[in-house]
Amino acid sequence: MTTTTATSPVLEASGVTMRFGGLTAVRSVDLTVNSGEIVGLIGPNGAGKTTFFNCLTGLYIPTEGKVSYKGTVLPPKPHLVTNAGIARTFQNIRLFANMTVLENVLVGRHTRTKEGLWSALLRGPGFRKAETASRERAMELLEFIGLSHKADHLARNLPYGEQRKLEIARALASDPGLLLLDEPTAGMNPQETRATEELVFAIRDQGIAVLVIEHDMRFIFNLCDRVACLVQGEKLVEGTSDVVQGDERVIAAYLGTPFEGAPGDEEVAEVEAAESGSGAQSTTSKEGSAQ
Amino acid sequence: MTTTTKTTPTTPDAPRGIIALPQSAARVLVALGAIGTIASTYMSWTWTAEFPGDLTYYGSPAGLQILALVAGVLTLLYALTRWNIRGLNWLNPAGATAPVSLAAASAFAVTWFTAIAIAVDLGGLANLDPGAYVAIVSSLVALLGALALPSPGDTFKAWISKPDTIPPAGRIPAWAERLVVTAATALALIVFAYGVGVDPDASETFIGYLLLVVLGTWALVTAGLADRFSALNARHKGFATSMAFLAAALFPFVENNEHNANLGVNILVVATVALGLNIVVGLTGLLDLGYVAFLGVGAYAAALVSGSEFSRFSGVQFPFWAAMLTGMAASLVFGVLIGAPTLRLRGDYLAIVTLGFGEIFRISVNNLDGSSGPNLTNGPNGISMIPDLEIFGFNFGSTHDVGSVTIGRFANYLLLMLIITAIVVLVFTRAADSRIGRSWIAIREDETAATAMGINGFRVKLIAFALGASLAGLAGTVSAHVGYSVNPAPYQFAGSVPPNSAFLLAAVVLGGMGTVGGPILGATLLYLLPEKLSFLKEYQLFAFGLALVILMRFRPEGIIANRRRQLEFHESEQPDIPEQSLPDTTVGATKAGA
Repeated sequence: MTTTTATSPVLEASGVTMRFGGLTAVRSVDLTVNSGEIVGLIGPNGAGKTTFFNCLTGLYIPTEGKVSYKGTVLPPKPHLVTNAGIARTFQNIRLFANMTVLENVLVGRHTRTKEGLWSALLRGPGFRKAETASRERAMELLEFIGLSHKADHLARNLPYGEQRKLEIARALASDPGLLLLDEPTAGMNPQETRATEELVFAIRDQGIAVLVIEHDMRFIFNLCDRVACLVQGEKLVEGTSDVVQGDERVIAAYLGTPFEGAPGDEEVAEVEAAESGSGAQSTTSKEGSAQ
Repeated sequence: MTTTTKTTPTTPDAPRGIIALPQSAARVLVALGAIGTIASTYMSWTWTAEFPGDLTYYGSPAGLQILALVAGVLTLLYALTRWNIRGLNWLNPAGATAPVSLAAASAFAVTWFTAIAIAVDLGGLANLDPGAYVAIVSSLVALLGALALPSPGDTFKAWISKPDTIPPAGRIPAWAERLVVTAATALALIVFAYGVGVDPDASETFIGYLLLVVLGTWALVTAGLADRFSALNARHKGFATSMAFLAAALFPFVENNEHNANLGVNILVVATVALGLNIVVGLTGLLDLGYVAFLGVGAYAAALVSGSEFSRFSGVQFPFWAAMLTGMAASLVFGVLIGAPTLRLRGDYLAIVTLGFGEIFRISVNNLDGSSGPNLTNGPNGISMIPDLEIFGFNFGSTHDVGSVTIGRFANYLLLMLIITAIVVLVFTRAADSRIGRSWIAIREDETAATAMGINGFRVKLIAFALGASLAGLAGTVSAHVGYSVNPAPYQFAGSVPPNSAFLLAAVVLGGMGTVGGPILGATLLYLLPEKLSFLKEYQLFAFGLALVILMRFRPEGIIANRRRQLEFHESEQPDIPEQSLPDTTVGATKAGA
């Protein structure tokens, strides 16, 4: 995973379209992630970001278009995609709640170990060796995200921020070449967000490309080498943080376009009066101004 | 009384109990009551031998009196622990009140139940002899004394639950620990053998036995002894397991009676099958309502190659190892055939489809009789006159003398079945603690996330299904020989006679999902209780349902709880957290950047 040069593409999605009946959730999206890159995917709620993620990871089979990882077209099955080298986290945390922290990461090792039922029943030396190796690797990852002291806790008992981190560790356990993070900082406070930022940089430094969906713009623009904006299923713009930040269409998609006729002076004055009035006056006038 | 005062027996101003008495008086009352109860069991309780167990003798306790005697001794011992007597501290490490009150309650329950049963059975209080009066008075005294002990809390629950802090056990040498495990196993064997040995007509005795076992075990649990014992077990896992199997193997020698050996072998068959089902339901989370069909496939396969003259292949007689493999292979194939199309479904849909496939097996077997279908299974008549097994010249049908003990036919099969149970336990524990077992649990927890972690859900589920099926088939091969014949009737979804899918599922859920001991205990209880409580007759299914409802209300994780499950259902108590680290105030400062 570290052998690839800085320019070779890890993920190439071309013309990915996902239709649910008559609804087109994702329309002909092209996206490339190069090795050693952190790419952000932003867009208002319902823009199709998670659907696009699901198309990439095989949870959905795209209606049209193809997704390839390091030059080979990905099979349309989630476990085969993971096996190929793409790991993901989920927007709403999906840990194995009643397994311990260590076991969660061990499950992530599944694709990189081969021991089947027979070797589990016979318990030969190969089984023991593989099991110890898995445990060591898992503990390494827990060390990396800073949860090794909680290895024996049940995942459900971790605080929210640590659950998010554990999900990342679980994804990293499959030794991916590309990590897809679906809103990794949702529900986090500023310190936690900053810690996650550090974590993502550290992951990138290990040679793993990262594609991240996020609503926190400061987080995205700090982190990403490139950002793509998805609106109503279509890719609106792609480029460096500055380009996307300055793009009027992106701002419009998030904040809405101004009216054809901009609000007149009298309306502005009215609003200002109401606002200043409500600050000083009693609650009854506040109610009045609210109307 | 919200203070959580640790009630040490010597504190004079300790909080008082429900009944206002000085603590020393309360202690004396409990001890006196216990001694009275013990003494009463050496007296006659009733005048006629008509009451089960014959309680008419002076000088020798019998039937329910033995149970009262045990309860009395337990109460006395726990009463003495309140005096801080050296050498008895291990019985009640926390010096808690709950074990004393529960032990007293067990003596009270047994004696009062007996007295009431005598009065009801024989028609009137006139049938009670002086001994019974002594018993009911002294057990009441003991209970009142226990209630006068310092209150462990302000709710009723505090009287029957384990105190929060139990001092850690002092270290004893490893050989002593093993000795404790051995002694406890022997005790369990004696208790179990006594219960099995209760005459089926003496339901009164069995109810008394249940009262004593439930309340007595509860007392030991609240004293913290169960926790200590399971810690010992965990330290000497292999030893404890072998002791348990040794105890089970000794059962036919302790309880040398063919009827009870038959009971034992049937319990082992359903327990083994329930353990196989536990892989599918408990570990992988697939609700299989047609599981008993796999037992049937194994039994029929073994019957067909057994050399029975009613078998379609009456000339063929496989040696047992080959018959066993045939049964397993047939169940495996059937499991894969059913699993492959159905395992694409999830949740309720899977349950309904497996229910349907289970019924398909029974109906097919019913119809493969030569008139409504090809002749394979001899239809509803089934395959009878299955010859007894013979392995290395050891005929399972005849009796054998081991020393002074004669081992009969069912005891032979009991020992064989025990080996098979051991194999299944080994398969279960090894499979559960491995890469494949983790992927099963991951699928149970969240199938989508599991597949996204690279687990081939369908394949892994199919392995669980096939493994469960072949283990049931294995048990089926023995059960065909034990029962002399196979017929389609028992392999149904629900019925009043044990091997049926609902029964097996209940054994797993009742005992505890995902554990080894759970399904075995569950199957034992579910098999033994209807057998011994024969007076229930047509209300058996009703009682069964009622028991399930009560258990699900108060202990949804099953009697032997998996650590995970326990946490799932009793969220607030969080018994698992090893040593709680300080609340994380510096969540942001992690090693992430390192």
